[in-house]
Amino acid sequence: MSDSKKNTTPPSSGITRRSALKGFAATGAAAAAAQVAPGAVRYVQAQTSEPLKLGFQVHRTGIGAAYGRWYERVVNACVAEINANGGIAGRQIEIVAEDDGTDPKRGAEMVEKFATQHGVDIAFGTLFSHVVMGSAPRAGELKLPYYVVSEGYHVASGALNRYTFQPGITDVRSQVMSMAPWVAGNLGKKVTMIYPDYAFGHDHRDYFSEAMKKQGGEIVELIPIPPTETSYTKYFPKIPSSTEVLYHVMVGPGVLTFVKELGEHFGSNRPELFGFIDSLEAVPLASPGLEFLEGTYFWEGYPRYAQPDQTPYDKHYRQAVGVNDDGASVNDPKDISTYSHMFGCWETLYTIKQAVEASGYKGPKDKAALVEATEAITDIPWSNQHPQGDKVFNGKMHQVFGHQNISQVANARLDVVHRTSIEDGMYENDTDYTKMPL
Amino acid sequence: MSRSRVGDRAVLLHLAVIAALFLVQFVVGDYQHLSLARVMVLAVYAVGYNILFGYTGLLSLGHAMFFAAGLYGAGLTATYLSFGVPAAFVAGIVSGLVLSAGIGLIALRTTGVAFMIVTMMFAQAGYLIVLYFGAFTRGDEGIVLTGDIRTAHLFGLTLDLTSATVRYNLALGLLAVAVLLSLALVRSPMGRVLVAIRENEERARMLGYDTFRAKLFALVVSGTFAATAGAAYGLMFAYVGATFASIQYSILPLLWVLLGGVGTVLGPLVGTLLMFYLVDFASGYTSAYMLVVGVALLGLVVWFPKGLLGTLREKRLPWLP
Repeated sequence: MSDSKKNTTPPSSGITRRSALKGFAATGAAAAAAQVAPGAVRYVQAQTSEPLKLGFQVHRTGIGAAYGRWYERVVNACVAEINANGGIAGRQIEIVAEDDGTDPKRGAEMVEKFATQHGVDIAFGTLFSHVVMGSAPRAGELKLPYYVVSEGYHVASGALNRYTFQPGITDVRSQVMSMAPWVAGNLGKKVTMIYPDYAFGHDHRDYFSEAMKKQGGEIVELIPIPPTETSYTKYFPKIPSSTEVLYHVMVGPGVLTFVKELGEHFGSNRPELFGFIDSLEAVPLASPGLEFLEGTYFWEGYPRYAQPDQTPYDKHYRQAVGVNDDGASVNDPKDISTYSHMFGCWETLYTIKQAVEASGYKGPKDKAALVEATEAITDIPWSNQHPQGDKVFNGKMHQVFGHQNISQVANARLDVVHRTSIEDGMYENDTDYTKMPL
Repeated sequence: MSRSRVGDRAVLLHLAVIAALFLVQFVVGDYQHLSLARVMVLAVYAVGYNILFGYTGLLSLGHAMFFAAGLYGAGLTATYLSFGVPAAFVAGIVSGLVLSAGIGLIALRTTGVAFMIVTMMFAQAGYLIVLYFGAFTRGDEGIVLTGDIRTAHLFGLTLDLTSATVRYNLALGLLAVAVLLSLALVRSPMGRVLVAIRENEERARMLGYDTFRAKLFALVVSGTFAATAGAAYGLMFAYVGATFASIQYSILPLLWVLLGGVGTVLGPLVGTLLMFYLVDFASGYTSAYMLVVGVALLGLVVWFPKGLLGTLREKRLPWLP
């Protein structure tokens, strides 16, 4: 049902669009409309054996395609596993995947399509922040539970709505602030930051600066890079000589050029380098031009390379998804995964399973109960269902908090040198979605 | 056939299309209902674009800046100045009007390819300005409009913008105004002047018309239509983001107009509608749906070089405005 108001307070008299639609049902026009009629009608007679339909909003094309490809593989693997083990509350999962082109307008249309044409129970999987921001209002107004896997701070910031959750991946604010104690304690306290000059970069700038100051550190220079930039040489002279740590987060196709030019600028006499693996997701570390990164450090949400202390959960997850110990596809070792992010889809699906089963969800009429059951989740144990690590879900913020990893590039692979505590990434704010009406 | 009868037939056709769109909402499913509201708002953008491109012959590659001016004019005033929906909507329209007048005074000193490049440059600057002022705009991520701004209070009426029915009919009202204004314009003496400029600007000037002023008028009308669509889009769908200021959103109205029929009043609506359903349908079968769109456009060039309605006018309905 597209009109949220009507859901709760149906008009008592007069001709409404809905009643007119019913009136036309016997006509040829309605016959045509029936092809695109909402699935909600069918759920009136829904049996619990009917598949649980999950709308998967995937970036198959556009700037998010590399991530989207792997998100889809993880989703398919996870759904196969859940279905093989009896599904969710005894119902098999049916995935309805739609490409949003990594575009916020198309994303919003996808959410509408999920809710009203496909009649899905739940939508999930959105990655890029602008697509989440463009889509989430529609999910909220259509009262469609919407589980994003984005790492943006948008959910916890309170900008979205009661129906939007991020239970499978930590947000950038949490990630960034949890890095600061280790960076200040091990690499240096005078930091220059290079970041893309848009919202994602600004979150890094703001929250890392704040966290470093708490550690007694100092941001000696901020160097924003315009998103249209293709060469970075002219920015490097702005790096003060007092810099002890160069913090870099560059996303997009320019990253190889960035690293190459950075190497040419510094030569062998470089400060410590700390970056975010977002720059190099789906990129082989052995790529020509990346040699300069040897010995430098990266944030990893989930270590790409299997570590000596690999858990059975990680082993299970890699095997299920088809990823080898180097974070590449088992079918094509050159096809590098987006390992630090894609686990979010796996964990989100298991969180959905947990919430659906806890709420006794049978159909759309139980969506409010599903929302409340998700909000009631607190501790999430380290397990096959949550292979990245144990987590704490904040029901008020609709955001999960977890461990982060700091890895060093050694012999063109990444070795974890530090794993943060969940508390390192915890913060407080005023967000309380539970006060919003359902 | 007399000219007035031809004119009446044209008016009747446009009124019939609007009436049909009104009735359609009672028979389509929910998804089509939601989608049509979005398509109608974007069609207003295309109708505006057509005034400049289709009737005046000026190909702008920077109209996203006007759409974004409306989008941000409404979104920022609603977010930071607590403007209500009507005031924010007007702020968006005024933003587009002022911007298009300013840009027009500069860009219209150029013609042809130079005009395309200059408008594209301005639009790119606009896009970067949105990113630069990320503290207010949240850059690429954008702003979500929530709370009071989802309800409009106007003349004692309270309109809930989260209601699909309200959104549909607001979008239809907007489109009706845009189409009828466009029809009135192209049939007015000024409309004839614009067509004269499109066909031969030198000759129009020789006949004594101030072509710069006429082109500026067309650009301001076109930019204001675009801003109106942008303001409506932001307020109706609760999202304001930099994507809408990007080059992609300058190209889209061009494609919509080309598809529907350059220099036809209803062509932009037809083009916007067809492009939406082409993408929506093709994306259900392949991730290469933009390739399908490309092939469709190639087919268009071969079989409908003047767009669907343009070719229809040429071959069957010469009275189509």
